[in-house]
Amino acid sequence: MASLIPCPHCGTRPRQEFSVRGDATPVRPAPMAADEVWNDYMHVRANPRGRIREHWQHIAGCRRWLVVERDNFTHEVFSVSDASLEQGGAR
Amino acid sequence: MRYSAFSIFKQALAGNLGWKPAWREPQPKPHYDVIIVGGGGHGLATAYYLAKEFGVRNIAVVEKGYLGSGNVGRNTTIVRSNYMLPGNEPFYEFSLKLWEGLEQELNYNVMLSQRGIISLYHNDSQRDHYTRRGNAMMMEGVAAEQLDRDTLKKMLPFLNFDHARFPIIGGLLQKRAGTARHDAVAWGFARGADRLGVDLIQNCEVTGIRRESGVVTGVETTKGFIGCNKLALAAAGNTSRVGEMAGLKLPIESHVLQAFVTEGLKPCIDHVITYGAGHFYISQSDKGGLVFGAEIDGYSSYAQRGNLATAEHVMEEGVTMIPGLSRVRVLRAWGGVMDMSMDGSPIIDRTPIDNLYLNCGWCYGGFKATPASGFCFAYLIAKGESHHVARALRLDRFERGFPIDEAGVGTQPNLH
Repeated sequence: MASLIPCPHCGTRPRQEFSVRGDATPVRPAPMAADEVWNDYMHVRANPRGRIREHWQHIAGCRRWLVVERDNFTHEVFSVSDASLEQGGAR
Repeated sequence: MRYSAFSIFKQALAGNLGWKPAWREPQPKPHYDVIIVGGGGHGLATAYYLAKEFGVRNIAVVEKGYLGSGNVGRNTTIVRSNYMLPGNEPFYEFSLKLWEGLEQELNYNVMLSQRGIISLYHNDSQRDHYTRRGNAMMMEGVAAEQLDRDTLKKMLPFLNFDHARFPIIGGLLQKRAGTARHDAVAWGFARGADRLGVDLIQNCEVTGIRRESGVVTGVETTKGFIGCNKLALAAAGNTSRVGEMAGLKLPIESHVLQAFVTEGLKPCIDHVITYGAGHFYISQSDKGGLVFGAEIDGYSSYAQRGNLATAEHVMEEGVTMIPGLSRVRVLRAWGGVMDMSMDGSPIIDRTPIDNLYLNCGWCYGGFKATPASGFCFAYLIAKGESHHVARALRLDRFERGFPIDEAGVGTQPNLH
């Protein structure tokens, strides 16, 4: 993981200020969605090598939930955006 | 060539010129009965037990790097069976029993050292939890012992017993646990498998899995197409990538775990010690270096290197537990890519494709499981059904609602 993360609200900050939740791709299904849909959301991960989207929280800064788009092999960070601006991926 | 005291003596007299390579370097044949993807501890153990116990002789292990280049050479070498849940404990105890006979079995010194593992605890509820775990172990016939603070003070005087936040009030001991020389385990299984006729094909990366009418017919590799009747995946760390070639969607995320070793010291830590206040574990290697590690970095990673923030955290945990560690210099740090499953427990199972078998999800507990994983995976491949100690390690346990969650943290792979 890169040592610096550019927070869209606070600017570039050390990685220690951030806390990771996990994969930002799965979208929470509707409460009464089929079991298979819930299983996919809860348990199944694409887990690609390369470009991924991940949820991080800037816990020692603005405390906003962020979507970090980065490479999980080279650790390059491509973009960081506020999770509430994401289509569907927001919580 | 069988290794013995006599063979060492004989070769020494002959100037050590007569040693043969421990395994052949064959070119792939066009077709095998079983191909195992992944020449690490688990893949090699699977090949060995398939040939030895289940009479399958026409086997290849294909490895993209060199044998044992993955996590079998990157772990902290701890061997133990102090698990709690019924789905896990019999499996790991079976593994420990195989470890205890492994050197004779393989005719190879894996330097198993049953020095005991002590899991420290720091408050009443943690003591209750470890008492429960010890009781669960004894229910499965595995010895466990509670050590009180005074006993621990005599055994491990260097610990920080009176830390204001995390005083040490006791520990759970499994005497039969210990460490093993990790590379030797891979080499021992490789040599054993090779002697039984298994082709170990190195520098041969699988690039595709060929399927016809719903079954696997072989693998595309950097050394060309190799056909097979059955395909077995033991590619932990890269399971999702290999699985994707067969269209599998898996409950796995790849994460990085770091490990560290210090400069060599005189013997000072006689056991494997784990810290209950964090996730720190430490032991001393036969060369004298202190080998230690803690939890995973916590973010998705396929890189075999970790983040400095986690390294710092690990050092802080170590110094909190053993203040004297602050004077020791760290020599090396490295990382390995872990298959983190959704409940922290592994998978040894069939897949929706009839002749494709899966061994994955070892999180960071795969090393101790090496012999049992190989044995049970070989059993599954040969007989088409799960070995009785591995029958809970099913791929479909998540959707059926039977996870094996030792830590009790739910479906968060980075928290296991």
